[in-house]
Amino acid sequence: MLLKKLSELNGASGAEKPVRETIMELIRPYVDSMFVDKIGNLIAEKSGRLQGPRILLAAHMDEIALMIIDITGDGFLKFKSVGGIDPRVILSKPVRINESITGVIGAKAIHLQKAGERRKTLGFDQMYIDIGAKSREEASQRVALGDYAYFTTSFAEFGDGLWKGKALDDRVGCAALIEILQKDYDFPIIAAFTVQEEVGLRGAQVAAYHTNPDFAIVVETTVAADTQDRTEDEWVTELGKGPALSVMDRSTLYNPKLIRAVKELASAEGIPLQLRRGGGGGNDAGRIHLSKSGVATIALSVPCRYLHAPVSVISDRDYRTLIALIDQILRSNLVKVL
Amino acid sequence: MTTEALDYSLLKRLTQGFGPSGSEEGIAEIITAEIKPYCDEIYRDTLGNLIARKNGSQKKIMIAAHMDEIGIMVTHIDEHGYLRFTTIGGGHVNELPHQRVYFRNGHMGIIGVEKLEKPTDLKLEKMYIDLGVTNRTEAQKIVEIGDSAVFNGPFEQVGQRLSSKALDDRIGCFVAIEAMKRANSSYELLFVFTVQEEVGLRGAQTAAYALEPDLALAVDVTLTGDTPKTHRMDVKLGHGAAIKVYDRSMVTSPKIKRWMAEVAAREHIPYQWEVLEAGRTDSGAIHLTKGGIPAGVISIPARYVHSPSEMVDSEDVAAAVQLLTALLEDLGPEK
Repeated sequence: MLLKKLSELNGASGAEKPVRETIMELIRPYVDSMFVDKIGNLIAEKSGRLQGPRILLAAHMDEIALMIIDITGDGFLKFKSVGGIDPRVILSKPVRINESITGVIGAKAIHLQKAGERRKTLGFDQMYIDIGAKSREEASQRVALGDYAYFTTSFAEFGDGLWKGKALDDRVGCAALIEILQKDYDFPIIAAFTVQEEVGLRGAQVAAYHTNPDFAIVVETTVAADTQDRTEDEWVTELGKGPALSVMDRSTLYNPKLIRAVKELASAEGIPLQLRRGGGGGNDAGRIHLSKSGVATIALSVPCRYLHAPVSVISDRDYRTLIALIDQILRSNLVKVL
Repeated sequence: MTTEALDYSLLKRLTQGFGPSGSEEGIAEIITAEIKPYCDEIYRDTLGNLIARKNGSQKKIMIAAHMDEIGIMVTHIDEHGYLRFTTIGGGHVNELPHQRVYFRNGHMGIIGVEKLEKPTDLKLEKMYIDLGVTNRTEAQKIVEIGDSAVFNGPFEQVGQRLSSKALDDRIGCFVAIEAMKRANSSYELLFVFTVQEEVGLRGAQTAAYALEPDLALAVDVTLTGDTPKTHRMDVKLGHGAAIKVYDRSMVTSPKIKRWMAEVAAREHIPYQWEVLEAGRTDSGAIHLTKGGIPAGVISIPARYVHSPSEMVDSEDVAAAVQLLTALLEDLGPEK
């Protein structure tokens, strides 16, 4: 399964090569050309039956991960996060370094903590990765400073059509783009599998500049907070209610005319669609829509619970309907009137 | 240099128009109708910037003033018809309760607050908008998620002072329009009424890229330090147009600020230096475009910025119009 394959690959910001190489093999039969740009984005082009607007589809390949920044005298690894990670959710999780080394994120066990310590949240600086080494020398033979540590969550189905896995942000978007590239459209399509989104939308900035699109669709995952501790007005999005169309986030105010057009199209085609409710967050659209003299841009996301955690959850239905909606957009007047 | 009395009915229409960041069409329409006789071409670009060209040759001069104002955006409608919202631009949470907001369709809402345990609990999440309806269905006939609204702040003239919502930066639009009517230049003048300044100088960034001017002058409001026990800042209402020296987005090149001051002095236009420790404006984005674009800023001193009762002085407005006109006319092949 495509999503499982992509989810279980390791590719942190700045180290997306395994993801990129896998995607290249998967899309090779369906695209007319592809290349890797200087920052590491994979750019694939597929010509259409007609001349027309340059449509950019963008999804980022990188995932959140940890980076080794120090090795202690007794062989434990100190780390920082690459991209935003909540330190409360990673303790005691197994990690993998350099594809073969297993580690465990450790800290002082509860029995040893004083009462005051138990009430405090541990930060990254109080944790370490234990790879079973006895000394700095021994650890140094297996890992180097700057190496990445990844969560090891396996991808699986559970509940009623839900999927759990790591790196769903944004391998879900990558998988959707790969499925779209297997179809044929009237107009040329450029697919950008971008790098370094999690550390500041960096790959997208470069990709938008040199691909010079007329219209861009950013394909992402976004927060679904439809869980027991939140009231409805705090949900942002809900699982199972279809892809979420962004209206506003910290990086972009989306064009009201495009929003209306997408809503009308989804409604006419019977595709479920929800609006992303809330003004926080940001994604590659923030760089793309401001590229050069401006690019008409929309963002469609699969709602995702527990974003930026070692395991996230999405609904298969949202993924399927996201692809159906992108497919309809690419066949619609929305593209033709641009 | 003299200017005939400015007609503030245009400013009133501009300030009372609807134009939160991202939805500036209404303001663009008012401006388009006003400036048509004075320029050779008018168009809107991808982000919605309104660009008016006065033909000329050799060099391109960009004049930027932003159309957008701060506002709110609806994020949720509950079963009783109450709205939850987020802010667009730099609105202060403490100043939101019990303000009236207006949607594009003219519908009014009142910002209400949940019961607070203590005043410091006031957060955006504790506020809602009361549309005067009783359920979700009725509310949805008036607004949708993603709709934006602006604050209520009528235009009033008090002596020589003017107060309204959205003087930031309709006063800049007004100054640019009045200068457009007056200025003669052999250079090409590109008046850009920008979008999305309040959320990050976004419109100015793409417009500057597309137009690639040789020089840019932005017109925006700045803060003052002339009210009781306020922060220290040497800008006062009624003391003339402000020439920007520094803000968070730009340090004005000495050559440009000196030229601006020389022209003001020569034409007997009152001016003051502006050092703004907070805040940014369009020139911040413009001057870093491509290989760098020389840029300056004329600021109109304003009190109570980002409130429904912003205040400027009409003498400063007149000075800003005179200064912008004089600067544009001073530019020529010999300069």
